[in-house]
Amino acid sequence: MTGKTLYDKLWDSHLVKQRDDGTALIYIDRQLIHEVTSPQAFEGLRLAGRRPWRAESNFATPDHNIPTTKEERRQGLEGIRDPISRIQVTTLDDNCREFGIFELDMNDERQGIVHVVGPEQGATLPGMTIVCGDSHTSTHGALGALAHGIGTSEVEHVMATQCLLQTKMKNMLVRVDGRLNPGVTAKDIVLAIIGEIGTAGGTGYTIEFGGEAIRALSMEGRMTICNMAIEAGARAGLIAVDQTTLDYIKGKPFAPKGEMLEQAIAAWRGLVSDADAHFDRVVVIDAADIIPQVTWGTSPEMVAPITGEVPDPDKETDPSRRDNMKQALKYMGLTPGTKMTDIKLDCIFIGSCTNSRIEDLRAAAAVVKGRKVASSVEMALVVPGSGLVKKQAEAEGLDKIFIEAGLEWREPGCSMCLAMNADQLGAGKHCASTSNRNFEGRQGFGGRTHLVSPAMAAAAAVHGHFVDVRDILLNFDR
Amino acid sequence: MRKFTVQSGLVMPLDRANVDTDFIIPKQFLKSIKRSGFGVNLFDEHRYLDKGEPGRDNSGRPLNPDFVMNQPRYKGASVLLARENFGCGSSREHAPWALDDYGFRIIIAPSYADIFFNNCFKNGILPIVLDRKIVDGLFAEVEAQEGYSLTVDLEKQVIIRPSGETIPFNVDSFRKYCLLNGLDDIGITLQDAEEIKTFESTWRKTSPWYFA
Repeated sequence: MTGKTLYDKLWDSHLVKQRDDGTALIYIDRQLIHEVTSPQAFEGLRLAGRRPWRAESNFATPDHNIPTTKEERRQGLEGIRDPISRIQVTTLDDNCREFGIFELDMNDERQGIVHVVGPEQGATLPGMTIVCGDSHTSTHGALGALAHGIGTSEVEHVMATQCLLQTKMKNMLVRVDGRLNPGVTAKDIVLAIIGEIGTAGGTGYTIEFGGEAIRALSMEGRMTICNMAIEAGARAGLIAVDQTTLDYIKGKPFAPKGEMLEQAIAAWRGLVSDADAHFDRVVVIDAADIIPQVTWGTSPEMVAPITGEVPDPDKETDPSRRDNMKQALKYMGLTPGTKMTDIKLDCIFIGSCTNSRIEDLRAAAAVVKGRKVASSVEMALVVPGSGLVKKQAEAEGLDKIFIEAGLEWREPGCSMCLAMNADQLGAGKHCASTSNRNFEGRQGFGGRTHLVSPAMAAAAAVHGHFVDVRDILLNFDR
Repeated sequence: MRKFTVQSGLVMPLDRANVDTDFIIPKQFLKSIKRSGFGVNLFDEHRYLDKGEPGRDNSGRPLNPDFVMNQPRYKGASVLLARENFGCGSSREHAPWALDDYGFRIIIAPSYADIFFNNCFKNGILPIVLDRKIVDGLFAEVEAQEGYSLTVDLEKQVIIRPSGETIPFNVDSFRKYCLLNGLDDIGITLQDAEEIKTFESTWRKTSPWYFA
């Protein structure tokens, strides 16, 4: 008999009922909630006269609409200038109160991006099933949890039934062998993977990321990888539990303690794919081949190494892809053959659920330390992922490094990753962003997003155009 | 939920791969706490020439004459013909809400992003997957014939062309059942409440750390 993948194990342990038609009811251990995709779900419960099945399994924090300047935050809810945004945030507060759901509200020191806060608080644990009305819920798979984004109807369904109606996905293994070169990070790995398999490559699969290079990553790096599984089309990404995972969990407020923690750890150690497990698809990448990545188009798969150039659509043989490339280049205002290092930046955004954790901020600070943001850069934001990340960064003096270099040190939230708050990229402006999507208009109407790692964004801030961060780190500063 | 049995409608082609949910409904409209009213802002950044804002009157906004939706011949379309990986990106259910509110009941494409695909069924929209070659053929026919309409018979799982020719399609049997009968999932799942309770009590015993 063949062994099980990690996904198989998580699925089997949560299977409430398998129906003959292929659909199944899966028990959900944790639902994370933010203000944008939940109001209609709560309204649905209210209209049907339903209460949450297990209120304490839900965990909420507002993040998308939250302002990020100190001045606005000091004013609390009144600081949200846009009245429609403010209503959405207060609606979450009201709903959580009404339905008895735990919330870290916008004034709580622990508030932040839900995908940063969940693991940080221990609300995300290995072996759990986790959902959230947000596609980047895949992030939590980094802890060996089966986590994926759902729509608002499903948010309501999980609240009402503690279950998700699902069809089992196929198994994919993306193995990253060997070691990364200095200056190459988790973000570069995942962008390289998406470049390889495409934004629909993982559709219908759960992707497990494995191999020496993944094992060597910190939890922060692993979260960056799983966060972008959805950008490869996979609703869920997974990384097997190891000592790095277990060390991360210990001491987290919502994590088990004492004897119960020991029991849990004994169970969690089994959260790995069996050696003889069958994967429907296996992709192997050599870590040593990965070069810092920069996206040039309007889909995360439109990515090139920093040593490369903007590709020529006329050399693309597939007509659909060719049209897509042409549309993207028109939108981005880029010409085929342009060197990636010749792309000039107007804006720098370091933040988002992909790259706003302490390690990301350390990496960016290391690059800008003692340097100045180029005069051509109009706006450079550093937005920590949570209040606790911010506190830690300040304790390490990272805020001062950023401020001295000319970057703005902001309060936690989703910010310019999707620009639902006041932090927006101007039309036609190019932004080096550590976020996850470079879709048209994503960071602001007409804005042009280039996805990069925190170190690459920081290097671009200093130079006003993209540079190979490996050169800076090797002290060959140009 | 609204029942879906047999539907006929004018077809609008959207000849673009990887249409993401930001394209379908830009983020500023996600601030609404309602499920309705998104139709006027469907494809907002492509449909209008200026930037849309929630709560704003859209009637006086400049239309983008190059965008397919603004061509008079596609006015009133309820079938959307699309390309690969339609609905990729965010999980926002505002995307199918916007399509539905505008009047789209059927989407035909070679492939969809998983979350979007799933969200459609929850809102009475039928997303149909067809082979890329067949989709190519439909694009050519729509282009060539003004007023081109298709009929979809969900029970029989066929698309009926104006010529009377049929194209069979697959649909998950549970989703088909829910659409045909206009059933919402919660009610169906709660019929299994006892099984959920049994599972939960065992799980609480074997993995108490998730219930602490």
